[in-house]
Amino acid sequence: MSVLSIVVFLPLVVACFLVAVRVPDTAARWIWCALSAAEVLLVAGMWLGRPADPSTSLDFEQRVGWISTVASSYHVGLDGLSWPLVALTVVVFASCSVYALNEGNRPRLHAALFCFLQTTCLGVFAAQDLLLFFVFFDLSIVGMYFAIAGWGHGQAARSALMFFLYTFLGSLALLVGFIGLYLAATPHTFDIVELSRTAPLQGSGSVGVLVLGAILLGLAVKTPTFPFHTWLPPAHTDAPAVGSAVLAGVLLKMGTYGFVRIAMPLLPDAWRDWAWVVLAVGIVSVLYGALVALAQTNLKRMIAYTSVNHMGYVVVAVGAAGVLTGSAEQARQVAIVGAVTQMVSHGLITAALFLLAGVVHERTGTYDMGSFGGLARPAPRYAALFAIAAFASLGLPGFSGFIAEFQVFTGAIATAPISALAVLGILITAALFLRALQRLLTGETVGRSVGFRDLGAVEMCAIGPLLILALAIGVLPAPLLDVITPTAGQLVDLVGR
Amino acid sequence: MITALTSAMTMTNEDPLALLPEICLLAGALLSLLAGSFLPRQRQWVARLIAVAALLGSAAASVVALAGPARTVYTSTYAVDDATGAVRLIVIAATLLVIALGVSEVSGTARESETYCLLLLSALGTVVLAGAHDLLVLAVAFLLASIPLYGLIGLARTSAAAEAVLKTYLLGALTNILLLLGVALLAALAGATTYGGLTTELADSPAPAVAVGVVAVLGGLLFKAGGVPAHFWVPDAAQGGTVTAAAFATTVPKIGALIAIYRLLEALPRGGAAGLDWPLLIAVLAALSMTLGNLAAFGQDDPRRLLGWSTVSQVGYLLMPVAVAGRTDEALPALLLYLAGYAVTNLGAFAVTAALPERRTLASYRGLARQQPVLAGALLVCLLSLVGTPPTAVFTGKVAAFTAAWDGGLAWLVVVAALNTAASLFYYLRWIAPVFRPDAETDGKSRSRGDASSFPGFSAPRSPVTGGTTRASAVVAAVIVLTFAVTVLPLANHFDLQLTR
Repeated sequence: MSVLSIVVFLPLVVACFLVAVRVPDTAARWIWCALSAAEVLLVAGMWLGRPADPSTSLDFEQRVGWISTVASSYHVGLDGLSWPLVALTVVVFASCSVYALNEGNRPRLHAALFCFLQTTCLGVFAAQDLLLFFVFFDLSIVGMYFAIAGWGHGQAARSALMFFLYTFLGSLALLVGFIGLYLAATPHTFDIVELSRTAPLQGSGSVGVLVLGAILLGLAVKTPTFPFHTWLPPAHTDAPAVGSAVLAGVLLKMGTYGFVRIAMPLLPDAWRDWAWVVLAVGIVSVLYGALVALAQTNLKRMIAYTSVNHMGYVVVAVGAAGVLTGSAEQARQVAIVGAVTQMVSHGLITAALFLLAGVVHERTGTYDMGSFGGLARPAPRYAALFAIAAFASLGLPGFSGFIAEFQVFTGAIATAPISALAVLGILITAALFLRALQRLLTGETVGRSVGFRDLGAVEMCAIGPLLILALAIGVLPAPLLDVITPTAGQLVDLVGR
Repeated sequence: MITALTSAMTMTNEDPLALLPEICLLAGALLSLLAGSFLPRQRQWVARLIAVAALLGSAAASVVALAGPARTVYTSTYAVDDATGAVRLIVIAATLLVIALGVSEVSGTARESETYCLLLLSALGTVVLAGAHDLLVLAVAFLLASIPLYGLIGLARTSAAAEAVLKTYLLGALTNILLLLGVALLAALAGATTYGGLTTELADSPAPAVAVGVVAVLGGLLFKAGGVPAHFWVPDAAQGGTVTAAAFATTVPKIGALIAIYRLLEALPRGGAAGLDWPLLIAVLAALSMTLGNLAAFGQDDPRRLLGWSTVSQVGYLLMPVAVAGRTDEALPALLLYLAGYAVTNLGAFAVTAALPERRTLASYRGLARQQPVLAGALLVCLLSLVGTPPTAVFTGKVAAFTAAWDGGLAWLVVVAALNTAASLFYYLRWIAPVFRPDAETDGKSRSRGDASSFPGFSAPRSPVTGGTTRASAVVAAVIVLTFAVTVLPLANHFDLQLTR
C-alpha cells in the first residue's frame, strides 16, 4: 500500500470512527485537529522525500485492479500538477480544523463530515483513473451539500439544493465525456496515464469536440466560470465559514485541475479547437466576476464573486495554452505554471478571507459591510489579518497572487494578446478590496463594530498560517515552481501534439 | 469420448436436474402453504423457515448449475446459461431480502404462510420468465409471475390496496391478452415457438406482422417490468399494498421481464424484411419511462409512492442496455449488473419504510437522523444509490448501462439519461433533506397518519423483537449497496455473459 493511499484514506477512517463512536465534543474537535496535523506532516514528509529526478513516472504511484469489467483500476499517483493541490488541500483542511475548535453545533458529526470531505478532495487530486476521479469528484459534492444544509445559515437548505443540483448536473456531463473517452480507446480504458499517452480521440473531428464539450461543461460548472457560476454566491453566502473555506479553497480547484489533468492532455486537438472559447469565457469571468463583486454590499458575496474573477485567470491561462499559432512553447508553459500557482494562491488566500468573513458573522450575525466601520480600533488583529488577506488577494507583489497572476499574464498575453483585457480585472479587484477595507476598518467605530471582540488565539492560529504561506510563496516561489514546471512542460508538449 | 458424451446429453436435453433451482422454489411454495394450513397462528414462523430454506437450497443449486456449460434444455425451450444463473441468484437474494424486511409486518398475521407461498411462486415465475427460450414458456411464465402478484398486492385489505390490485389486475389481464396475441401471431408467422426457430423463420415474414407480434409481446413484458406505457399499476401497488408486496412487486418481476425482453430482441432476425429498428423503439420507451417516472415523482409526498414512481424511471435506465441487445458485448453484463444493484438498493429503501411503518409522509421523516441514526444512514445510502452517486451499486450499473448504450450507437439516449439522473436528484433530496433536519418542537404532529391500523389484515400485535429483522435487512442492504463495487462486482468476472442461442 502506497503512503499516498494512506494519506487519502486516513481521514475517511477517522470519519467512520467519529460517526460510529460517540466521543465527547471536545475530543471530536481535537481528533480532527490531530488528524489534519498528521496529514500535513505526512504530505510534508512526502514532499521532501519525493524523487529528485522529475522523470515521467508518477510519485508514490499505486495501481490495483478495481472494476475489471470496465477496465477501471484504483490508480493513484502524484506529479507536478497534483502535488501543489494535495499540499493545498491538507493545509486548508488543517486551518479549518483549528478554526472549528470553536464549533458548537454537533461538532462530532461536523468533524466527521469534513474528514470525509478531505478524503474526497485528496482522492480527486491523486486519482489517475477517470472513474476514480469521478467517484471522488461526485462524493465531494455530496459532502459539501451536507455541510451547507446541515451547518449553514439563512436559506441554507435552498442554497445547498441549488449547489447540489447544479454541480451534480455538471458532474454527469463529465461522466458522459469520460464514457466517450473510454469507448474511444482501444482497448477500452479509464486510465488517465494511458489515455494521455494514446489520446484516443485525436483526429476524430466532431466526436472529440463534443466529448470535450461535455467535459468542459462539467468542469466549467465546478470552477465556476461565467455563465455557470450562479450557484456559487448563494452557496457561499449561506455556507458555514469552514464550508466556504473548503468550497472556495479546495473544491473549486477540482474544476480547473480537471482542465490540466484531463481535458488538455487527453483531448489535445479538440482542446486547441476549443481554446478560443475557453479563453473568451475566462476573460468574461474575470471581468464579470470583478464587476459584480464591486457592486456587493454583502462581504461574503463579494469574496464569492472575487473567486469567479480569480478562477477566471486560471481559465484564461489554460485557454491561452491551447492557442498554438504564433506562440512560443515557453510562453505556454509559463501560462500553465501560472495557472497552477494561481490555484494554490487563490486556495490559501480565499480560505483565509472566508474564515475572516466567518468571524464577522459569528460575532454579529451579519455580512452587511454597511453595518460596520472603524473595526481597526476595537479589533486591531482582525484588521491586520483582513488587510493582509485583501492585499494578497488583489495581487500585491510579495504575495503568492502576484507570482501567479504575473505568470498567467506573461504567458497568456504572449500567446493571445487579447488576454490583456483581463488585466482590467486586477484593477477592479484592487478597487473593490480597497473600498471594503475602507468601509470595514477605517473611520469612526460605528454600528456593529462597537464592542467587536478581536481575534482569539484559535482564530489567529487558523488564519495566520494560510497568509504566512501566501507570503512565503510570494517571496520564495522557487520550491513550488520547481515542482510545477517540468510537468507543465510535458503538458505543453501533449497539447501541442 | 467425453465430447461425444456431452453432445449426446445435450441432444436428449431432458434434464430435470438442470431445473433444480426452479423445482426448489416450487417445492418451497407448496410446502410453506401446506405447513401454514396445519400450524397455529403463533407458529407460522415455521412456514417462513421452509420458504427461506427453499430459497437457500435453490441458491445452492443455482451456484452448482453455474459451473455447468451454457445450454438449452427440453428441446431448447429453456435456456440454462449464465444469464439465467445470474437472474436466479438475484431473484433469490431479492426474495430473501423481501421476506426479511417483511417480518415485522407479516409475522403472526392471518396470511403469513400464504404470503410466503405467493412470494415464492412469483419469484419462480420471474426466473422462468428470464430463462424462457420459447414463446409458450414465456406465456406460462408470465402468468406464473403475475397471478401470485395480484394476490400479494390484495393481501392488505384496505381501500387503497383494493384499488391497487384492481388496477394491477385489469392492466395485467389486458397486457396478458396482448402477449398471448403476440405469441400466437409470431408462432403462426414463424411456424415455430422456440427462439432459435424465430431467428431463422421470421427473416422472410412480412415486417408489419412481425412488428405487431413483437410489440404485443413487448407490451406484456413491459407490464411486468413496470415501464411506460404499462406502468400505471406501479405507484398504486407501491403505496397501497403491504410493504412486503410493494417491495417485491416493484423489484423482482422486472428482473425476469427485462431479461425476457433482452432474449426476445436478440432472437429477432437482423436485417431482411423483418429487421426493424427495435433499438430505436426500446430507446424511445426508455427515454419516456425515465422522464415520465421522474416528472411524476417530483410532486409525491408519500415515500412509498415516490419510490414507486422512481422505479418507473429506473426501468428507463434498465432499458438502455436492453435497447442495444446484441449490438455490443457490454449490454448483457450491464443489464445484469444494473438489475443486481437496483434490486438491493430498492429493497434497502423499502426496508427502511418497513421499519418505520408509521411514517407515511416525507415530512414525517424529519429528525430521523437523530432518533434512528442507523436507519437514517441506511436510507441515505440507498437513496444516493438510486440517484447514482458513486461508489454505490446503482452507480456501477449506471456507468455500465451508459457505456453499453453509447457503444451500441445510442449516445443521445445517454445524454437524456444523464439529464434525467440530475433531475431525479431533486425528489430524492426532498426525502433526504428532512431526515437530517433537526426535530421540530412540534414533532409528532405530522407523524400519525396511516399507521398500522390501516391494514386490518395485519393488525395483529407486532412483537418488538421481530422489528430487528426488518432493521437488519435495511442495514444489510445498505452495506451491500455501499460496498457493491468491491464485493459483488468482482463476482461478475466469473460469469461468461453471453446468451445461449
